[in-house]
Amino acid sequence: MSPRLPRYHEVGGEDRSRLLEQVLAQRERVEQRLAQVRRVVAVMSGKGGVGKSYFTAVLAGELAQRFDRIGVLDADLAGPTVAALLDARGPLGARGQTVTPAAGRAGIQVFSADLLLPEGEPLRWKEPAGERFVWRGALEAGVLREFLSDVEWGPLDFLLIDLPPGASQMQDLAELVPRLSGAVAVTIPSEESRRAVSRAMRAAKEAGVRLLGVVENMSSYRCPGCGGEHPLFRGSAAEELAGEFGLSVLGRLPFEPRGASVFLGSERREIGEIADRLLELLG
Amino acid sequence: MKFLCLECNERMVFEEREVPGDGTFSAAFSCPGCGRRIALLANPMETQLVEALGVKVGGSTLQEKPMELVRSMMVGGEEVLSGARSVPVWSEEAKERLSRVPAFVRGMVKKLYTDYAAARGIAEITPSVMDRAREDLGLEGM
Repeated sequence: MSPRLPRYHEVGGEDRSRLLEQVLAQRERVEQRLAQVRRVVAVMSGKGGVGKSYFTAVLAGELAQRFDRIGVLDADLAGPTVAALLDARGPLGARGQTVTPAAGRAGIQVFSADLLLPEGEPLRWKEPAGERFVWRGALEAGVLREFLSDVEWGPLDFLLIDLPPGASQMQDLAELVPRLSGAVAVTIPSEESRRAVSRAMRAAKEAGVRLLGVVENMSSYRCPGCGGEHPLFRGSAAEELAGEFGLSVLGRLPFEPRGASVFLGSERREIGEIADRLLELLG
Repeated sequence: MKFLCLECNERMVFEEREVPGDGTFSAAFSCPGCGRRIALLANPMETQLVEALGVKVGGSTLQEKPMELVRSMMVGGEEVLSGARSVPVWSEEAKERLSRVPAFVRGMVKKLYTDYAAARGIAEITPSVMDRAREDLGLEGM
């Protein structure tokens, strides 16, 4: 019978690859880069199409009326929209080891995959075909890390992070940014949305993320003719989610066919109240 | 990851690595006792898995350029980031002077000065650069 094979820790000598050391150095860079950011707030949802990016943009616009230094990171690599909503365009700037974010409306600093992709081109990775599912998650988490660590955010009052639908990126973010101030969950009123957002909120909670509250988007349709408000969807997802997680409904935003520009830089009561509540929560 | 020569009970030492450009990765190790050499051959998926972590086999923590993962893995990333224009830094004195500009136009004014300096290859914006820009761009009062 052959003798048993030696174990890893029984063989002396340093670990030349130092993979753990490299990963820890990456985390350290994120921490250093965000050291001057007062509050980091994630905008999340378990469901696509509820208006996370829209809400992120209008909230950034509202906060920019109250603070000088607002940043928005679009973590939705495959469907980035925040840069366009905030009118942030390239070319990007470079300073030493960092890339500078693009300036959007009201001086809001924006970084997004949208600024890296050629116009009209989808996100594509250099990859061996047929095996992408194996490493795609690690790669996307790595790119999110670079968006945090290699972008020169500088001193910010707020950094809003617009997450893609689903729960996994929230968990990645929680690991990358341990001092995340919290997350706002966005839903539409429907039962389908409630179910998906509830799952994502539970995953966020399990990852140790502080849930700040729920925002209901497209809560109603405001008739441009009579000015009356009418429901768009059946359901009361925001109230139910708030009850389930012991949170408040931070506010409701009506469906706005004219888009985010209506809110940006203007005095809209609903978004102002949401910002007030958030600031109360965050201090 | 370590390689052990079972005959000699010696840890094999790293000799060289090659990245031939076909998505694969090769590394050679040898036994300091008997001199036997072995090769580690990683297929594209294994190579990609390591690259996806943004780490380097062989142990480098040096970051040569920002966003190495985006550059190396995202189609178009290298081209866009290579085209990033150099952005001048603001001296403390210049920052202080900028802070006296009314908040509602500060962002626009900052951009004007930054664009002015970038277009002329000026690495640092100082109060004297701001004075020159004011004259050249007609920014009296800013």
